Amino acid sequence: MAKIEEYIPLVGQAVIDDLRLLSERLKGKVIQHINSTPVGGGVAEILNRMVPLLRELGVDTKWDVIKGEEQFFGVTKKFHNALHGRAEEITQRDFDIFMQTSQENIENVDIYGDIVFVHDPQPIALIKKKATNKWLWRCHIDVSDPNLKVWGFLMDFIVQYDSAVFSAPAFSRKLPIRQFLIPPSIDPLSDKNKELPEETINAVLRKYNIKKDKPILIQISRFDRLKDPIGVIDAYLRVKKYIDCQLILAGGTADDDPEGFKVLEEVKEKAKNDPDIHILLLPQNDIEVNALQRASDIIVQKSLKEGFGLTVAEALWKAKPVVASNVGGIPLQIKHKYSGLLCHSVEGASFAIKQLLSSPAYAMKLGENGREHIKNNFLITRHLRDYMLLFLSLYHPEDIVNL
Amino acid sequence: MVEMIKAKEPFKFYTRLHLTELTGLRATTLSQLVGLIKKVSGSCIYHHTHRFLQQHQYLSPEPPNDFAYWVTDILGEDELGEKLVSIDTIQYLTIRDLREKIVSSIESYLKDNPLAKLKFARSGEEFHFIKSISFILPTNYIAYDLNEFAEVLRKITIDSIYFHIFESRLRLEKPTNDFAFWVENSLGDKKLANNISSFDPYTSTLEDLRNKIIQIIERKIVN
Repeated sequence: MAKIEEYIPLVGQAVIDDLRLLSERLKGKVIQHINSTPVGGGVAEILNRMVPLLRELGVDTKWDVIKGEEQFFGVTKKFHNALHGRAEEITQRDFDIFMQTSQENIENVDIYGDIVFVHDPQPIALIKKKATNKWLWRCHIDVSDPNLKVWGFLMDFIVQYDSAVFSAPAFSRKLPIRQFLIPPSIDPLSDKNKELPEETINAVLRKYNIKKDKPILIQISRFDRLKDPIGVIDAYLRVKKYIDCQLILAGGTADDDPEGFKVLEEVKEKAKNDPDIHILLLPQNDIEVNALQRASDIIVQKSLKEGFGLTVAEALWKAKPVVASNVGGIPLQIKHKYSGLLCHSVEGASFAIKQLLSSPAYAMKLGENGREHIKNNFLITRHLRDYMLLFLSLYHPEDIVNL
Repeated sequence: MVEMIKAKEPFKFYTRLHLTELTGLRATTLSQLVGLIKKVSGSCIYHHTHRFLQQHQYLSPEPPNDFAYWVTDILGEDELGEKLVSIDTIQYLTIRDLREKIVSSIESYLKDNPLAKLKFARSGEEFHFIKSISFILPTNYIAYDLNEFAEVLRKITIDSIYFHIFESRLRLEKPTNDFAFWVENSLGDKKLANNISSFDPYTSTLEDLRNKIIQIIERKIVN
């Protein structure tokens, strides 16, 4: 795992110096992160990088995971979909199941942080253990149009926190507590994003029996309806009528997502007669994801809702042309026609893909601009800085803080 | 080469890091926009007129204030967008004055173009009011003369340059930027101070600004 010094060639010495200046101000504070899964999904991925780097900077950081049975995660998945605005029938029994497991976690999770940093709705009820310490709630979900029953239920917990954190301005709403905008980030030195030798890329293609004899479109995402894998296949079929190409749909499933396998079956069914559609259920293998992205000609992220859409940042960091939905945090990463193409529909996605396949020079320029934008705004060093400022803001309510 | 004048007081370099705070306030029409611009904190006005400088350190198609971008690209009011984009921010000594100029520009446009009141943003394209929380920290860099000053300018972060040029002047309501103030008051060189404060920093990227100030100082050192 990369050390903080290794980021200097990418971001400059002075950026790392600033991180050290901030970390000195947090001496003596213990930061306790709490989420619901140690692997799978964007939250665990960020914490896996963030926690060791904060420790290396001298910030005493710990990470705990709550426990829950399949039934509990079934309910939190329903909450997740409902917060994203999808029609879900939420019953009193769902709330009871949520509260029962929450109560077990309240009894069993040891709270020792000066700052307790709770991620997403699954552990939100732990706020009942709030004492004189500071509590932060980090919402990684697109809550621009939430199911009000679920949002109202969560609101009883949210208002007890000191501050909340969202990934995009559209997710904010009037709250009686402070709320901050902190988009997530990618780690340029992780296995998923580092430079790869050509032979590694080719070996991964061989492993999955993919030939580079026609352009490759790819969407890398969990098999989840909100990522619209069926819509991606429809867009590809429209392109394929005019330009011979192939499609890769690759992703894993997360421990807290029991719906994933069902969606995977639906996708396989939809693709079964087309040998140019490659459906890959990847194990947690970041090098393979990296290689597949680098091998592709166009990267697609046709989500219906998106907390942030880190796969877009990953793609742009590799200077790839991207076609992505104008939802969630994606428009923060892509300015339409400047650093990628945004779309609102299957038709729009297929038109954008055709346009990029027909104009490689334009596609290349979009990718280059995208990489520059990610470098300035969405790397982990910016994220580390924002988190340390967030921790300091808990002790400084003013707008201009002299440290 | 002239002999280096040593300053009475060294220049202490600070840096400014910012955190973005959400307000939950949003506007869908021009009338709502101007109503909220009158009401929100100065930190909000500051954010929407300065965010661009730090977020885009290279040339990009976005105009340098968020109000102008939204009015032009979302509401399609190009003429008002042009008025807002060309507000000469450097002329305003306080956030209050800048806010008043933005408000009067929108109100006078609405008076002349009442139909503009009927335009509204689609769902998902509202204007979201955000504010900047500034954390100001001393760095380990100090300078006693122009040689040392230029040397630090070459290696300090652009956040530090940003703080001393923009934020210190407008947000802390100082009469000029910190570099010019120090050159005039601690080195006694009014002419050089004028050279450092006389250009419009809002039309450059921060890296260009760094190079420009270094050039002005180097020219003074060799002469």
